[in-house]
Amino acid sequence: MMTDHTVKSFDEQLQALSAAVAQMGGLAEAQLAAAIDAIARRDSGAAERAVAGDVRIDALQQEIEERAMKLLALRQPMAVDLRDTLAAIKIAGELERIGDLAKNIAKRALVLNREPPIRLTQSLGRMGKAAQNQLKQVLDSFSNRNADDAEAVWQRDGEIDEIYNSLFRELLTYMMEDPRTIGLCTHLLFVAKNIERSGDHCTNIAEVVYHMVKAGYLNARPKADITSETSVPYEGRA
Amino acid sequence: MTDTDTKDDAPAGLSLLARQLLERLPLPVMLLDSQARVLLANAGMQTALGAGLEGKPLTAVLRHPAVLDAVGAALASGGHSDVSFSIAGLVERHYEAHIARLDDGLVALLLHDITAIRRAEQMRADFIANVSHELRTPLAALFGFIETLQGPARDDAAARENFLNIMAREAARMRRLIDDLLSLARIELNEHVPPQGRVALEAVVRQAAAALAPLAAGDDISLRIESVPLQEIVGDHDELVQLFQNLIHNAIKYGRPGGEVRVTLGQESGHVFAAVADDGEGIPREALPRLTERFYRVDVKRSRERGGTGLGLAIVKHILSRHQGRLSIDSKVGEGSTFTVLLPEPGAMEKPPKAPDILPVTELL
Repeated sequence: MMTDHTVKSFDEQLQALSAAVAQMGGLAEAQLAAAIDAIARRDSGAAERAVAGDVRIDALQQEIEERAMKLLALRQPMAVDLRDTLAAIKIAGELERIGDLAKNIAKRALVLNREPPIRLTQSLGRMGKAAQNQLKQVLDSFSNRNADDAEAVWQRDGEIDEIYNSLFRELLTYMMEDPRTIGLCTHLLFVAKNIERSGDHCTNIAEVVYHMVKAGYLNARPKADITSETSVPYEGRA
Repeated sequence: MTDTDTKDDAPAGLSLLARQLLERLPLPVMLLDSQARVLLANAGMQTALGAGLEGKPLTAVLRHPAVLDAVGAALASGGHSDVSFSIAGLVERHYEAHIARLDDGLVALLLHDITAIRRAEQMRADFIANVSHELRTPLAALFGFIETLQGPARDDAAARENFLNIMAREAARMRRLIDDLLSLARIELNEHVPPQGRVALEAVVRQAAAALAPLAAGDDISLRIESVPLQEIVGDHDELVQLFQNLIHNAIKYGRPGGEVRVTLGQESGHVFAAVADDGEGIPREALPRLTERFYRVDVKRSRERGGTGLGLAIVKHILSRHQGRLSIDSKVGEGSTFTVLLPEPGAMEKPPKAPDILPVTELL
């Protein structure tokens, strides 16, 4: 009876750890959703929620790390249990980054919403929805322990990169056409970059989920973000 | 021994009758134990959140902080609360959750799907924004010409002729824009409702192509359809005709005059596909990911000249999203573009889980 009890309690600890990661995922999702709404719908209330919400995500990350460390130290988990524990720490780290990026998007939304509306925020909203979908799918793959779904998320990141490349070019063009827009366009550029980074963190989570379930690794994915090599020639003022 | 700790698969203290009532309720309902674990999820809940919910911790099936907080509060101090939340996805879904602690310590969670209401609100807001942006420009142009015709050009027959032609073109563009905005609104409203009909894709494509044959002939473009025998798919006939009309229309508009537009139909790995190919100028790579954005145009001036509304591919995207389909676009500048529509075969379509077989009440009593 005693061993039974010990084993059960260990399983319960592991399950509680997974539950905490899923809970943190929920917070990151809500945070990203609020930040994207702040941009696409000019919703400054949502922006303020996203800025304020980051504290909870950070606190939960600490809690997950502490739980995981305790588990490692006291239980010395093996094989799948060990991978689960490490996955929790790693995913919590990625989610914390997504929370930070969302907070940064929200802060920029507060600035953008004081200016006249620009159609390009709709494109950013669409890109944001793509990132939100990636985050949802990868967190579902974690909860369902589904390596195939995780791999699908990992494969799909290229789509967000492609939108980013396109927005990057368009923003550069605007800035060259009218230097008065540089301030605004820079904020938009960082928003786009932050969304693209959120997508990258989702692929990192996908790699962790894949490893957690299959104990193998997803091999290097070709990076489709080419903005570091993009230039748009300056054609002078018309 | 109380009912509560007899066995795991029979939810605590729940009579078979009560369980059956929950199962038959057309609303998503679940019961959670004191550890926030799913004790019971009815068919409606499995349609909303997926199958196999029972036994899982709530966080594994529904992790929105508003819900988790409300459930936590109900478990800790009783009472009930209503929260609203959204679930991201290709089609975003919106819910209201009613959460209440029951007398025996369990928590009941009931969902109310408010996606349709939210979509209608959003659609109205978008519609007004689009109308004010896109319709005012051609309208302003029309007024400009009217004023000129009433004033300085009153007696100038040549100018009158010219202006009336331009006005007719602008008015036609406005009408197309209104048509497209209205059909987009209609499609968006139903996007979260899966289509019901059975459709033969080849007949759909042929119908769409037939309507555009005069236009193709006008540009001296030959229209070819190649198909193998295909399985019928689940779909909305009228929406799919519109989808292919938009794609074939684009192919004619942006194809090479004197060239060819080819539609190839086939079937592979769980999908029926139709590829619409032109041999026109092609589309630069950086524009590809954004083609389905409403009012995005690769070349604004050219799109206007060709009478485009900037909504054609947005309409295609929304129809496909309702049909759980995909659009893939391949293009090489100088060689042409291919728009491939992938639609799931009937078997591969995601079905809501079947309601579990329930014994008739009389057998239980």
